[in-house]
Amino acid sequence: MSLSRIVVRYVLAKEDSMTNNGMSRRSFVTLSGIVAAGLGLAGCGGSNQSAGSSGGSSDGSAAGAIKIGGIGPVTGATAIYGNATKFGAQVAVDLINKEAGSTVFELNWQDDEGDPEKAVNAYNTLMDWGMQVLVGTTTTTPCVAVASKTSTDRVFELTPSASSTDVTAGKDNVFQMCFTDPNQGEKSAEYIAKKNLGKKVAIIYNNSDAYSTGIYNGFTKVASGLGLEVVSTQTFTDDSAQDFSVQLNDAKSKGADLVFLPIYYTPASLILQQAKNMGFAPKFVGCDGMDGILTVQGFDTSLAEGLVLLTPFVASATDENTVNFVKAYKELTGTGEDPNQFAADAFDCVYAIYAAVKAENISATTPTADMCNTLLKTFGSGTFTYSGLTGKDMTWSSNGEVSKDPKGVVIKNGKYESLDA
Amino acid sequence: MGFLTNLINGISLGSVYAIIALGYTMVYGIAKMLNFAHGDVIMVGGYVCFFAMGSLGLPPLVAVLLAVIACTCLGIVVERLAYKPLREAPSLAVLITAIGVSYFLQNSALLLWGADPKAFASVVPLPSLTLFDGQLTISSVTIVTILVAIGVMVALTLFTTKTKMGKAMRACSEDKGAAQLMGINVNSTISMVFAIGSGLAAIAGVLLCSAYPTLVPTTGSMPGIKAFTAAVLGGIGSIPGAALGGVLLGIIEIFAKAYIGTQFADAIVFAVLIVVLLIRPAGLLGKEIREKV
Amino acid sequence: MERIKNLNKTTRSNIITFAIVIVAFVVMQALIAAHAVSHSIIGLLVPICAYVCMSISLNLVVGISGELSLGHAGFMSVGAFSGLVVASYLNASINSVPLCLFVSIVVAGIFAAIAGFLVGLPVMRLRGDYLAIVTLAFGEIIKNLLNNLYVGMDAKGLHFSMKSAQALGMDGGKILIEGPKGAVGIPQLSSFVAGFILILFTLIVVLNLVNSRTGRAIMAVRDNRIAAESVGINVTKYRLIAFVVSAALAGMAGALYAMNFSSIAPKKFDFNTSILVLVFVVLGGMGNIRGGMIAAAVLTVLPEQLRFIGDYRMLIYSVVLIGVMIVTNNPKIQRVLGDFKERFRRRGNGAAQEVDSLEGGASDE
Repeated sequence: MSLSRIVVRYVLAKEDSMTNNGMSRRSFVTLSGIVAAGLGLAGCGGSNQSAGSSGGSSDGSAAGAIKIGGIGPVTGATAIYGNATKFGAQVAVDLINKEAGSTVFELNWQDDEGDPEKAVNAYNTLMDWGMQVLVGTTTTTPCVAVASKTSTDRVFELTPSASSTDVTAGKDNVFQMCFTDPNQGEKSAEYIAKKNLGKKVAIIYNNSDAYSTGIYNGFTKVASGLGLEVVSTQTFTDDSAQDFSVQLNDAKSKGADLVFLPIYYTPASLILQQAKNMGFAPKFVGCDGMDGILTVQGFDTSLAEGLVLLTPFVASATDENTVNFVKAYKELTGTGEDPNQFAADAFDCVYAIYAAVKAENISATTPTADMCNTLLKTFGSGTFTYSGLTGKDMTWSSNGEVSKDPKGVVIKNGKYESLDA
Repeated sequence: MGFLTNLINGISLGSVYAIIALGYTMVYGIAKMLNFAHGDVIMVGGYVCFFAMGSLGLPPLVAVLLAVIACTCLGIVVERLAYKPLREAPSLAVLITAIGVSYFLQNSALLLWGADPKAFASVVPLPSLTLFDGQLTISSVTIVTILVAIGVMVALTLFTTKTKMGKAMRACSEDKGAAQLMGINVNSTISMVFAIGSGLAAIAGVLLCSAYPTLVPTTGSMPGIKAFTAAVLGGIGSIPGAALGGVLLGIIEIFAKAYIGTQFADAIVFAVLIVVLLIRPAGLLGKEIREKV
Repeated sequence: MERIKNLNKTTRSNIITFAIVIVAFVVMQALIAAHAVSHSIIGLLVPICAYVCMSISLNLVVGISGELSLGHAGFMSVGAFSGLVVASYLNASINSVPLCLFVSIVVAGIFAAIAGFLVGLPVMRLRGDYLAIVTLAFGEIIKNLLNNLYVGMDAKGLHFSMKSAQALGMDGGKILIEGPKGAVGIPQLSSFVAGFILILFTLIVVLNLVNSRTGRAIMAVRDNRIAAESVGINVTKYRLIAFVVSAALAGMAGALYAMNFSSIAPKKFDFNTSILVLVFVVLGGMGNIRGGMIAAAVLTVLPEQLRFIGDYRMLIYSVVLIGVMIVTNNPKIQRVLGDFKERFRRRGNGAAQEVDSLEGGASDE
């Protein structure tokens, strides 16, 4: 092809593209057609494998590893919780495999961006992979969507942190490692009353968040009966989680001596900062979502001085299991940050499953549905107990709720100190 | 006294919105594009400042300067790679590209710096101001934020009216073709506006994080959208409009929370915007452009 | 073949659009029947259908009517929540799934249309980016209101509250929508077949509207408002028609979407979802219904197929997005591509022409 012809053609094409705006769209349609075809093929290719493994009931994993799937947000606004659970579960799987000297579990963690649609997609991806047990999902709304799937497909599901009662309602195969929200709200109110932490209570909660609203509802249900007077109830949303001056001013002007914060530690750290700036110093009480506030990089821990929180897990505890876990977690993430209770819950999920698997002699060749039935009977029996990082002698009711005692801790000199002693 | 406290808090929040809105409005004025990645440049500015102070141990002012330089460079690179090839493309194509850039910055931040929140140490280590026997406490950050917002406003106004570059900028936003005929390099002017806008975003990021000291990869997105709203409220394309819109939006947000209720605060803020636009369709200080037939 | 070529251009293009949808449906059904598709693809089918409908409906506003809307997810959520309340209400009394689904989707469409009308009345006074920001604002307002909406159902019927679940004054029964938690235990009625039918319905409505007198008036308003006004076209009326129809269709898609999952929260339908749908429309080509549909399908599948990349998934997705926008819109790259196309056309003349006729496109820009 001679150079001149190319030039002529180039000029022609140029004129063409200048007069014809449709060009861009056309080429996109062609392009996407090709991409779609490619993806379709990729999808089919993937399916052939999975058809093999699900049809032959995990003949593929003859190596003996039980395939644990995990779902949680690794990207997006709630990525912090998903990452914690992901690494917590990974630490547990690594430790178990090391202890056993063989590959007992294989973990595959999929991102759901905190969205039910993506969570169901992630679940389907894991099913294609040949998942036998599910640890997840991390957040509530996606978990409800996935739970209805596992319930029909008969896959055992243990969630580290999806705390709404809707997660387990009506499903026999779904169990929780964390407290339910209303339960935690009630426990918090009881604890405040019992320890006489305050009488005039102000509440600031996130009314665009299921966890926060759930605890709030549980708290207010029992508060007045326990002699607690709720003087101020203020809310914020994920979209306005920056300025809390109005909420704090209201609490201050109504004379609250205790501010209850059933929220996660990210907004809580802002509230503490702003309360200090305006010279408001009531007693602050949080829930398990508050754990992690001391490890926020750059956080002035003096702000959290005197903060009381109910949490099942304390990273600074000195018992051997916690110390080992914290060390392994830090090695795995490489960021030097302490694990929070989400990570500990996920760790416990894997170990609890391990305990049940050992007790019931489940192996990787057990069909998924049988595994599900055995596990749900074991967990729901009421006699199965498990002691881990987040509690001693935990038991589960047959409806999936865990029973364990919250630990009350107070922050003193930048460290947790037990309130129960 | 409650009223005064709320007013000051509103102005402080509004000042941050105003600085962010300035970036939006300048870019819109000249390139006629809604730069949805602007909020994420703010986040990058916050992170740079955080690590400059925390890990490198630089003094706050140097750290802020470093953040401004980093964001300016980022703005130039993004503009060169993503927006410049689309100069002639329909504005919606550029909008989608900006959204792509926004996703890119958020996810890069997530991979680079992790999802854990970082607590931002204030860049103004001064004590709070206490007035009226302790009934009114104004934090130093609030005062600095307001002062910086005013300073930036004045500097920008002087820049656009007095300097050659600034005049070229206004000429370009008025009529690109005519500006080109007058010997103005439109392309480089647009690039420069992106650079200035991104530098402003860095300042906004530092102030935002000083006032509300939590830094996560999505820190910039909601303030970004609100500031965009503020820019439209004031009349997009107008620099005083952005400042006015920002401050008003901040005050409305705080007052709505304080006097109507926190539950519906977001809805009220946006409802006010709609009402204003219905009365003045081009925003408070926007120029109503008559269509010539 | 000869007869198809003789048809008028738009009719031919419409037939091709329908043919693509039907063929895609038949092929997928066959593959499912043959167990040749993975769980992950099957799980994506209903969301793809919903997004395709969203794409078509937003195209009516953005492409055909020429208004930038940034709050389309708001209508989707109105449809989703009204649809699922109806479905939960009827599910107890009606046994037939298709009938229940049909009624709830229709009701969802009506509610979304009402919302569209209420939003559209003031919005249609504005133009350009101001209109865009007001639609964004309405989207946020709808989300905020739904975050505070509580709906319960007991023996006495439906209860509504904007305060809390306790304020419903429920006598046993079931809470259908619980503020930020959204709805849980939604009857999962949606199916691929239902999605397919909804796509066909949406296509019929939009394509007929576009090719009608009303549609031509809408496009005339888009191309030159003043000229349109001068020939006696009621500008506000026609813009409003496009907006309301689009909102109704979005609501129906929302209902289909919601009833595919057992839980859905108002948070889902935020600004990001509006933008997602807008990306479909812009990538597919504004006004090009078929392109928007393909873009919706591809962009829903793409992030899922990128899962093997792990942590870098969303990063790659954003790079692909930017890359595609630049490739399809940069004049220089277009020239190079055009050159390739030319060469291709000369080589395999027959085949290339076939491709070209397929690409005729419903472009009315």
